[in-house]
Amino acid sequence: MTDVKPEELLAATLAAQIPDVRHIAVGAASPIPAAAALLHQMRAKDRVHVTILHSRRYNSFTDGGRELFDAAAQGRIDVFFLGGVQIDGEANINLVGLGTYPDLTQRFPGSFGAPYMSFVVPNVILFREEHSPRTLVPKVDFVTAPGWSPDGVWRRGGPKALVTGRAVLAFDATRRRFRLASVHPGETAEGVRDATGFVFDMPDVVPTTPVPDAATLGLLRGPIVAKLREFYPDFADRVFPVPA
Amino acid sequence: MHPFARLSCCMSSFAPISLDDLVAQIADGSLLAVPADYSGAPMAATRALIRRGAKNLRLVTVPQSTLQADLLIGAGCVVEIETAAVTLGEFGIAPCFTRAALAKTIKVVDATCPAIHAGLQASEKDVPFLPLRGILGSDLVKHRTDWKTVDNPMGAGGDPILLIPAIRPDVALFHAPMADREGNVWIGRRRELATIAHASKTTLVTVERMHDGSFFDDERLAAGALPAFYIQAVAVAEKGAAPVGLFGEYEPDLAHLRAYAREARTEAGFAAYLAREVGAVKAAA
Repeated sequence: MTDVKPEELLAATLAAQIPDVRHIAVGAASPIPAAAALLHQMRAKDRVHVTILHSRRYNSFTDGGRELFDAAAQGRIDVFFLGGVQIDGEANINLVGLGTYPDLTQRFPGSFGAPYMSFVVPNVILFREEHSPRTLVPKVDFVTAPGWSPDGVWRRGGPKALVTGRAVLAFDATRRRFRLASVHPGETAEGVRDATGFVFDMPDVVPTTPVPDAATLGLLRGPIVAKLREFYPDFADRVFPVPA
Repeated sequence: MHPFARLSCCMSSFAPISLDDLVAQIADGSLLAVPADYSGAPMAATRALIRRGAKNLRLVTVPQSTLQADLLIGAGCVVEIETAAVTLGEFGIAPCFTRAALAKTIKVVDATCPAIHAGLQASEKDVPFLPLRGILGSDLVKHRTDWKTVDNPMGAGGDPILLIPAIRPDVALFHAPMADREGNVWIGRRRELATIAHASKTTLVTVERMHDGSFFDDERLAAGALPAFYIQAVAVAEKGAAPVGLFGEYEPDLAHLRAYAREARTEAGFAAYLAREVGAVKAAA
């Protein structure tokens, strides 16, 4: 299956992390998670709501920017995707910068809604394409959102898995550790360990991430890219160029 | 209906003012609230503010910003910014914000989206704070000494919860599709614009066009209207959000934004952009 693009594998892999739910929301600048959410929606037996904040068509909020957060607080959003310029072995994410805050050596855009969504949404899926010791670090420089919370702190959800360009890692908040769930085609467990700055649990047998089947690719390349083109034109053109 | 019924229940005569007169009402040093780029970024007014040579603005982005904050920061109008994020989205980092944050020529007050919304909502009710779930354990809580963690006073103990202080901007500034002849502004479903206006001491709005009559004569328009009593002044600025898009009106100019992301990577490139797209800063009177 050499003709499967990395973005297609990642979208299908993210979709596979989504449990049976009613409402999936996708934050800003997240074309691959958006594709995954739409893929899940198209394959689901029951009605699934997809909110893509970047879109007009897939954003049915009518009560202002706070409505997403209020709806999430009430448990009306089941799945959300979060990235991290740094992610560490306890699933803490950093969206603020490198160095000792506020004396940063590198500045990132900022925390967005992550410190909140990570608590109120039951299933948070972490996504970072670059899988290297630079991005997956022993300890983040700044905790934008903690991966787990001590007893007594109200928390409905949090990170369940981390999907990268090399692998899928499952997160166990009680043990505060990741466990390698699968490696993508062409990767090895040892290679993934070497490319990861934090320690994680390694099962005896590490499966390979399934490649998307023909039906899945048909959905991604057909109706889903047509929808994505509305709100991620650059991504759609780059990954799925319109034949000349 | 009595011929004067509408006049008697609403405002006296209302007329838009010029863009320069509008931004003249934003005093240097103001706490200035602006919306995100999906919600009517007031770009024409931003360029006018830069030409005016505005100084020491303290920006509050609701909850994040793109080109608008980057231009104001790059042009030296901003001393402090409270924000959940500043970025050019698909086109990468916001170069002026990033430079200024690292060089500490501005103070960045890092926040998170729901906290900015909650701070404004507290001002809507004129209460000192609103509580929010989540966020505890984020390093934001360590650094935001104005945020307080308390034990839930309604609980049985052992339930920490975060309090976000009210955000009370001096001025709200945004762009909208239209205003009517009574000074009401139509914001559609972009209700965060209502929240910003409710929370702020003064609201200044630029619009694409004037609407003849009153939005309150049509329930479908009334549902998306922001009443005139929140609004200090309106100026007409056609394509006033460009090159950022305006909901229901026009799309962002992606080629412009992509080119800006490249050009503003250097200070010289940014200066060239400013000279070309914004124009000369007026000499102080």
